[in-house]
Amino acid sequence: MLRTIGVASIEELFADIPSHLRLGGPLALDAGRSELEVYEELRALARRNTSTEDELCFLGAGMYDHYVPALIDSIISRSEFLTPYTPYQPEVSQGGLQAMFEYQTAICELTGLPVSNASVYEGPSAVAAAGYVAKLANGRGRFVVSRGVHPHSREALATLAHGWGVEVVEAPLQDGVTELPELGEDVSAVIVQQPNFLGAVEDLEALAGAAHDVGALCVAACDPLPLSLLRAPGACGVDVAVGEGQTLGNRLDFGGPSFGFFAATEALIRRVPGRIAGETVDLEGRRGFVLTLQTREQHIRREKATSNICTAQALNALAGVIYLSWLGRHGIVELTELMLQRTAYARERLAALPGVHALHDQPVVREFAVALDAPVADVIERCAAAGINPGYALGRDYPEYENGLLVAITEKRTRADIDRLADALGEAVTAQRSRDAHHVGAAG
Amino acid sequence: MTASAADDQLTIYERSKPGRRAFVAPALDVPEHPLDQLIPARLRRAETPHLPEVSEPEIVRHYNRLSKRNFDLDTGFYPLGSCTMKHNPKLHERVAALDGHARLHPLQDPRRAQGALELMFNLQTALAEIAGLPHVSLQPSAGSHGELAGVLLTRAFHEDHGESRTKVLTPDTAHGTNPATVTMAGYEVVKVGTDAEGNVDLDDLRAKATDDVACLMLTNPSTLGLFEHGIEEIAEIVHDVGATLYYDGANLNAIMGICRPGDMGFDIVHFNLHKSFTQPHGGGGPGAGPIAVAERIEPYLPRPQVIRRSPDSAHAGGAGTAFFDLDYDRPKSIGRLRGFQGNYGVFVRSYAYIRSLGAAGLRDVSEVAVLNANYLLAKLRAEGVMEHLPVAYDRICMHEFVLSGAPMKRDLKIRTLDLAKRLLDHGVHPPTVYFPLLVDEALLIEPTETETKETLDRFAQIIVEILREAADDPEVAQTAPHTTPVRRLDEAGAARRPVVRQAL
Repeated sequence: MLRTIGVASIEELFADIPSHLRLGGPLALDAGRSELEVYEELRALARRNTSTEDELCFLGAGMYDHYVPALIDSIISRSEFLTPYTPYQPEVSQGGLQAMFEYQTAICELTGLPVSNASVYEGPSAVAAAGYVAKLANGRGRFVVSRGVHPHSREALATLAHGWGVEVVEAPLQDGVTELPELGEDVSAVIVQQPNFLGAVEDLEALAGAAHDVGALCVAACDPLPLSLLRAPGACGVDVAVGEGQTLGNRLDFGGPSFGFFAATEALIRRVPGRIAGETVDLEGRRGFVLTLQTREQHIRREKATSNICTAQALNALAGVIYLSWLGRHGIVELTELMLQRTAYARERLAALPGVHALHDQPVVREFAVALDAPVADVIERCAAAGINPGYALGRDYPEYENGLLVAITEKRTRADIDRLADALGEAVTAQRSRDAHHVGAAG
Repeated sequence: MTASAADDQLTIYERSKPGRRAFVAPALDVPEHPLDQLIPARLRRAETPHLPEVSEPEIVRHYNRLSKRNFDLDTGFYPLGSCTMKHNPKLHERVAALDGHARLHPLQDPRRAQGALELMFNLQTALAEIAGLPHVSLQPSAGSHGELAGVLLTRAFHEDHGESRTKVLTPDTAHGTNPATVTMAGYEVVKVGTDAEGNVDLDDLRAKATDDVACLMLTNPSTLGLFEHGIEEIAEIVHDVGATLYYDGANLNAIMGICRPGDMGFDIVHFNLHKSFTQPHGGGGPGAGPIAVAERIEPYLPRPQVIRRSPDSAHAGGAGTAFFDLDYDRPKSIGRLRGFQGNYGVFVRSYAYIRSLGAAGLRDVSEVAVLNANYLLAKLRAEGVMEHLPVAYDRICMHEFVLSGAPMKRDLKIRTLDLAKRLLDHGVHPPTVYFPLLVDEALLIEPTETETKETLDRFAQIIVEILREAADDPEVAQTAPHTTPVRRLDEAGAARRPVVRQAL
C-alpha cells in the first residue's frame, strides 16, 4: 500500500504535522486487552452498581423502571437498524425513514399536535429547544417557567437562555400545581410540565389560555404514558409539547441514551428543530419517505438554521414506536390505568403511616410526593438496608420540601411490593423519629 | 393517496385492525377506584390516542421487513466523509446490556453506583489524555451539543473576565453545526477564508481576529482532510486577541495517539463517541459529545461533574478506597445542558473500546485510517480517475480526502449526485456529497481503518466502471439507482407539501 502511495513509511503520511507537535511516546493509557478481559472488567464494574434488578425501586423523577418487552431488543439489535448513518440517501434508508414517519404519527396522536420531529436528545434539553423555538417565533425576552417543571429542564433552559439574553422567571406551585403570576406582553413562552415534577396533573387548558391571552406560546413537557388518559396538550391549546421518551421502551442506562420528543402546531412547522421524515413518491410513483423541510437544518442553512442539532436519537425513537405498537391503542390505556390504581393505593397506604403526609392532594398518575417527619436521607438509608429504594429526596431541588419524598409506581411494582415499601418506610420513619427524639432528649 | 404501496410496504398503522393486540396488562391487584375519583373528567381525554392495533408476530415481521430496506455498516462499505463509519465491535452491545449498566437508575445514590461513576471517571481521564487537555465533561449528548457547550463555556469565560464579546469565527470549510451553534449560543458568525493549499487563510484570519471575537471554531484535520500546517500560528493569532480556540472533534480519528489538540493550542475540544469511539450510529443517533478543556475553562464546565474523592476525604466512607461522586458545587458552572449525567450507555461502549485498544491500538487506528485514505486516493489516481474526479487539494491527506466532480459533470454529463446514486446499485454507500461547500461537486471520502485493501480496491474499481459507463451512456447514472427498494424520490415535492404523519 505504501508503494502505491509512493512513500516509504506511514510516518511520512504525517509529515504535515509539525514534528514537535507529534507525541514522542505512547499515550498514558493502559495496554490493550483481550475481549474476554474487557468483558470481565465491564462486568465487574456493573456489579458495583445496584440496579433495579437488585432492589425494589420506587425512584422516578424523570426516568422510570418500566418493563421493556423482549421484541424491542430483538428488533433494535438488528444491524440494519443499529449500524446505519443518518438517512441522507433515502433510496437505501426506507426502513429507518418509514419508522420515523410511523413514530411521528404516534407522537402526534399522543400529544394531539399535527407536527412531530423524528427525535431530539432527551427530555430536559427538549425543553430548552422548545424555548429556542418560542424565542425565534416571537422574539420576546422572558420565559415564565413553572416550578413544577423538572429541575434539570429548568436548568438546561436557563443555561441556553442566558446566551439568548432571555430572562427566565419562575412561577410558583400552590397546593402542588402551577400558579401563574400576572403575565405581561414581554412573555415569550409559558413553560409547564404534565404531570408536574411532584406528580400532580396540571390544568393545561387554563395555563395555555393564560399564555395566549398575552400572545405568548405555551410549552408543555409531557410524560407520554399518562397522555393516554389525560387531555391531549394540543386539545388544551399547547403550542409545543416535548418530553422524555425513556418510558417508551428504552432502558434506564443510568440516564441515557433515551430520546426526547418534540411536537408542535402547524404554524411552527418550519421552526421545529432536527430531522423530520416526510412522505413522497419515487420516479415510478411508489410511495417513499425522505428527510424533509431540510432548509431548517444546520447542514443546509448553517448560521440561519432553527437549531444546531444533527445526530439525535433515531434508534431510541425506533424503540419508542415499537413499544407504542406493542401496547397498542387499548393497551396503553390499560397500562396507565393500572399504574393509576396502584399509585392511588400506594399514596393511601403511605399517607396513612405515622409521620408520613401527602405533600399535595392533586390528581396523580404514576408518581406522588409525601413529606416525612424524619430526615429523608436517613429514612432512605434504612430502606436501602432492607433492599428498597423508596424514591427521590426532594430537598436538593426543593428546599421548601426538606423531607419530601417522590415515589414512582410503574407497572412493575405490585401490591405486594407496595406493601413492602409501606412497611419498610413506616418502620424507618418511626425508628428514625425515636432515635432523633432520643438524641434530642440526651442532648437536652 | 396518489402513491401506491405494495403489501410489504404498508405502515404499521395500515396493518392495524380493531381488536388486535400484543400487550397483556398485569392483573389489577389493588382495590379499584372509579376513574372520576382519581382524575376529574375535565382533565381526561375523550378518545384514546390512535395507536396501531397489531399482534406481536405482525410487529416483528413489519419491522424486520423495514430493516431489509436499510443499507447498513455491517453489510457494506460506508466511506461517508466526516462521519467515521468504522466497525462497531459486538462486545460493546453485550457489556452495555449488563443489568448493572442498563438497569441502573440515573438518580441512584452514588454509593450504590460506584461502578458507573468509576467508569465515567476513567473515561474522562482517558479522553483528557487523548485530547491533551486536563478536564473533561461527558454530559453533552452529541457533537453539536458539545459544540454548544463549548461556545457557552467561552461565553462564561469571557463574562467572568468582565468582557462581552459578540463574534465567533468559523472557516468556510466548517461543518454546518459550527455556524448553527454560534447563532444558537447568541453570537454572530464571521467566516474565515481558505487559502490555495486548503489551509485557513492566515491573512484573512488576522484581519478578522479583532478584540470582539470570542472564539475560533476549527476542525483539524479540516473537512478537506488536511492538517492545518499553521495551527500554532492560528492559535497565537486567536489567543493574542483573547479569544478561545475550539476543536471540532469530528475528525479526531486521524490523529489519536499521534498528536493532541491541547498541544496544538486548543482550549476546548469535543469528541464524537459515535464516530471515533464506535458507538453504533443507529440510523441517526444515539451519540455522545464529551468535551475536554484547558485549566482556565474548567471552572465553567457543566454540572454535575464526576469526581474522585481521595480515600481520606469525609465523603469517602473510609475503608481506604477512593470514592467516585457527582460534584454539584460548581458556582461558576454554565449549568446543565440536559438531564442526568449524559448518555451513559454510550460511555460504556466507548470505554470498552479504549480498554480493548489501549495506547498502541489507538495509534494504530489513526495510522491505518490515514494509510487507507492515502492508499485509496493513490489507487484512484493510478486508475486514471483524476481526469474526471480530481482531488481538490493535491497533498498527502489525513483520514479523508475531497474529490471534485466538476470535470465529470462537464465532460461525462453526470453530476456528483448521479455518481453517488449509481454507487448504491453497486452495494456501496456513497461518500458525503456537496460538502465541503467550497469544492464544486464535492465528494468527501473517508474509508476508515476497519476496511481491508480488497474493499478499497473494489471501491476504486467501481468508480472506474461508473465513469466508463457514463462515457458510453450517461443516462444510466443520471437515472440511478435502479436496484434499490425505491428509485429517486421527489424531495422538492415532499418539502412543498409536507406530509409528516399518517392521516388516520
